[in-house]
Amino acid sequence: MALNKQRSAAEVVAQLRSGMTIGIGGWGPRRKPMTLVRELLRSDIRDLTVVSYGGPEVGMLCAAGKVRKLVYGFVTMDAIPLEPYFRKAREAGQIEVMELDEGMFEWGLRAAGMRMSFLPTRVGLATDVLARNPQIKTITSPYDDGEVYVAMPALKLDAALLHVNDADRWGNTLITAHDPLFDNLFARAADACYVSCERLHDKLELDAATARFNLFERYLVRGVVHAPGGAHPTYNSPDYGWDMDHLKRYNASATEEGGWARYVADYVDVSEAQYQEKAGGLARITQLKPPVF
Amino acid sequence: MTQATLAELMIVAASECWRGDGEVLASGIGIVPRLGASLAKLTHTPELLMTDSETFLVSEPIPLGPRGDYQPRYEGYMSFDRVFECVWGGLRHAMIGPTQIDRWGQTNLSVVGGSYDKPKTAILGVRGLPGNSINHANSLFVPNHGPRVFVAGEVDMVSGVGYKPERWLPGMKQDYVDLRRIVTDLCVMDFGGPDHAIRVRSLHPGVSFEQVQAATGFPVLAAPDLHETPLPTDEQLAIIARLDPHRLRATVIKNDPPAIKAAA
Repeated sequence: MALNKQRSAAEVVAQLRSGMTIGIGGWGPRRKPMTLVRELLRSDIRDLTVVSYGGPEVGMLCAAGKVRKLVYGFVTMDAIPLEPYFRKAREAGQIEVMELDEGMFEWGLRAAGMRMSFLPTRVGLATDVLARNPQIKTITSPYDDGEVYVAMPALKLDAALLHVNDADRWGNTLITAHDPLFDNLFARAADACYVSCERLHDKLELDAATARFNLFERYLVRGVVHAPGGAHPTYNSPDYGWDMDHLKRYNASATEEGGWARYVADYVDVSEAQYQEKAGGLARITQLKPPVF
Repeated sequence: MTQATLAELMIVAASECWRGDGEVLASGIGIVPRLGASLAKLTHTPELLMTDSETFLVSEPIPLGPRGDYQPRYEGYMSFDRVFECVWGGLRHAMIGPTQIDRWGQTNLSVVGGSYDKPKTAILGVRGLPGNSINHANSLFVPNHGPRVFVAGEVDMVSGVGYKPERWLPGMKQDYVDLRRIVTDLCVMDFGGPDHAIRVRSLHPGVSFEQVQAATGFPVLAAPDLHETPLPTDEQLAIIARLDPHRLRATVIKNDPPAIKAAA
């Protein structure tokens, strides 16, 4: 019998619980699983530990009071460098933080995927990353060099949320973005990985060149959500660019009285179809030009 | 008489940071560092590797901003994953602009003021600074040289490592720390003093050493061959103009002042 892992966004979020550790794929304003994040925002789930190369999804989850602890190396929207709601939450002391170097973060995900308790690295030594994270220990090489390394602990995830370009009902995925980022490591670090996708296929039938865009195995994928435009307003290379108008409005809302409540009323407390309509329609989203750097 | 702006002079000074580096990845983050790296590759150090500031290695630096018919000349691939591999192997020289720098070369891009749990200002996070600073060559860029950047004590959250002895415990390998230069809107500095103390190498036209000292939260030294920062040549200005057709460099320093300060 054929596997069918297709789920709705609501069905995926129904698998999540308050207090969980949730990894979110992508990087800053790139390839964030925003349809799934919006569904999470609509839920009553809270007290999350969010693990992310942070973009606007971190700001939104902070603004919605869903984040107890944030594990991150940065939170940014690139062209708008400072994420406004992350800043507010951070400056108010509203969230607990585990602030890491980007590479330590990667090492933590790798360790989790390899079922290791830690991986050694030089990165983090002589910085306040260690001072501010006393739970992170060092380890001395057992070999003649005797070098002292950071023992970067595994970042084990209860669930990972990712957005990919193509997927099938079996959970096979293709990330055709110019930069695949670290989504494969999130998938491996998680007990359950859920992906949303631009295009859902019954069964991927690939030529050898295209099959190379399959970056992690379907046995890691618990559920597949068909969500065209599902990374909006972030950049989903090579399908569409980020929506700078939307990100600017979102950014401006943080300085307006009742700005977040208004953003929620306009863009969260609506169906995904209504969301896309307010964002100019799926046709506009999928034609957003990729950014030029 | 030259028409060069201060930003253009700083681009040339930034470019000098990569002179003679050979085959390493040159990562200039931000308008002036990126133009500096690009100028270096197009003039004195063509062996440098460089990306399109997204994912691909290019054999020719790409111009900033919308580029019309220009087609990037790809020679390879450099995803974030690959950048980390490059960082850990050490064959990179980056230039970034941190929010704070201290006398030991430690840098901060995380939080400023208040307490760590409740900072006055949250910035980006430590990003890749811990990894960059302990693995490969780094230079720094400061468009607003003042005591808020060059702080009196330690930076508020040590993100990038430096040469402060107390931070290095027995067994920690400091050998790969390689802080090169700091290019500011007043001068160019390096870490060539005793115990890597910061020294002024060159002063931009019209700037005095006393002015630099007054704008720096800790004592600085004068390099023995302290000189005036060279003005851009016509050739350099032409290349910069081609690399930055939308004049984004005019937005880096307030009011885009000329390279030669008007007499007070």
